[in-house]
Amino acid sequence: MGKQHHAINYNEKVISIKGLTKSFGSYHVLRGIDLDLFKNENLVVLGRSGTGKSVLIKIISGLLRADAGQVNVLGNEVVGISTRDLQELRRRIGFSFQNSALYDSMTVRKNLEFPLVRNQKNLKRKEIDSMVERVLEAVGLKQTINQMPAELSGGQRKRIGIARTLILRPEIMLYDEPTAGLDPITSMEINNLINSVQERFNTSSIIITHDLTCAKAVGDRVAMLLDGQFQRQGAFEEVFDTDDVRVKQFYDYNFTD
Amino acid sequence: MDQQNSTSAELPKAEPSIFKGFKQFFIDVYDVFRFIFRFFKEVFAPPYEFRELIKQCWEVGVRSLLLITVTGFIVGLIFTKQSRPSLLQFGATSWIPSLVSIAIMRALAPLVTALISAGRVGSSIGAELGSMRVTEQIDAMEVSGTHPFKYLVCMRTLATTIAIPLLSVYNGLIAMLGGYLNVYVNEGTSFTTYVQQFFQPLGYIDFFSSLAKATIFGFTIGIVGSYKGWNSSSGTAGVGKAANSAVVTAMFLVFIEEVIIVQITGWFR
Repeated sequence: MGKQHHAINYNEKVISIKGLTKSFGSYHVLRGIDLDLFKNENLVVLGRSGTGKSVLIKIISGLLRADAGQVNVLGNEVVGISTRDLQELRRRIGFSFQNSALYDSMTVRKNLEFPLVRNQKNLKRKEIDSMVERVLEAVGLKQTINQMPAELSGGQRKRIGIARTLILRPEIMLYDEPTAGLDPITSMEINNLINSVQERFNTSSIIITHDLTCAKAVGDRVAMLLDGQFQRQGAFEEVFDTDDVRVKQFYDYNFTD
Repeated sequence: MDQQNSTSAELPKAEPSIFKGFKQFFIDVYDVFRFIFRFFKEVFAPPYEFRELIKQCWEVGVRSLLLITVTGFIVGLIFTKQSRPSLLQFGATSWIPSLVSIAIMRALAPLVTALISAGRVGSSIGAELGSMRVTEQIDAMEVSGTHPFKYLVCMRTLATTIAIPLLSVYNGLIAMLGGYLNVYVNEGTSFTTYVQQFFQPLGYIDFFSSLAKATIFGFTIGIVGSYKGWNSSSGTAGVGKAANSAVVTAMFLVFIEEVIIVQITGWFR
């Protein structure tokens, strides 16, 4: 089932990438890619493993450095940005990791408080508690507040990971393989959560995945990364309406037994 | 002929392995110094993570007390027991407290404390940070606009730098008690006399050099454990390697530092 489209502002780009290249040794992962993300848009980046999808969002968030090209995020040029400006920018970007990356040694409450108390110094205890409860409610896991990450299921961990990023009220969300390793029902719940985050928090998102069900459910637009470049971009149906064997193969492996 | 030339021109020149090894060594040294420089740059800058520092001091200090107590007592007891026969031959058993105090306070207490801490604390820091690196927890801190280097590396290294000298002093005092047990059993010396004889040969330089040594050892253990964990390669094998390498490297450096500091303090005596 496709998603209901929201009011996307096509006049406002929150991310604009031009000629981005990235290599690891002699392996050229990204070969001069161009990409725009518009305000309130959910953009799905599809591609096989090892095609550089995660590398792309790691460059956007400043975890990796681009070799060349321009990466403009919320009006800031990420390539060559100062550490202080990058810190500021990162507060406006939420990053949901493939394996959730919850802090093992902290309870769910402490996981959520960690970025909050370090970024907003003057918060009172009561305000912190209410913000933690609000995001937990948004992801439907209020009852897990005092649990340790090891006590949570895979789907719950993903939700808490998303809640931890939402607590700073980001303008952009970057999801790295949000449904990887989850059963179909939990995957569907995560897809619904991604859509509800877009709606409730007015976020613009890039969703990295190779799960076409997820792409169809959450994507306003889909971009297919092949051989280090975006070969096809558009609505889900448009992207797969092609004779390109590589794209067809990708579709067939997902939707046929 | 032309074809041969063009083929050889296309082949990359193989770098001799000895040069490659040297090059890698200098790259590693550069990385370590950059890591240490970053520590000093960030440790004094806000935000200050006092709560985390206290937690880490507790982890390093209080949780090591039992181990330090047992080893300190045994070191004092064994050292006194082993020295006794030689001193007895010269009728100099009354020198035992002085001998024990010099050996323990100048060398054994900081060294034993450092070696135990390298095993217990260094490996734990290496494994903890290594596991956080491979599970992307450090990246998660980074992208949430926090300061993971400050929170994880600076606080742990600062905690070892503070706690290990204190543990070393405690270890020395416990070793003194271990030594007293043997002296009391064989000579029946009173505790007051033993303590007086124990502290008599010690000067300020002994106390301060011992403390300075333990501080340097503490810093070394913390920074090496953090460096190995922070730069851990991916996978569970990488975590194990980081923990193991943290212990081995820290122990090796502690011995090297011991030799250098003994030499330097020798000039002041």
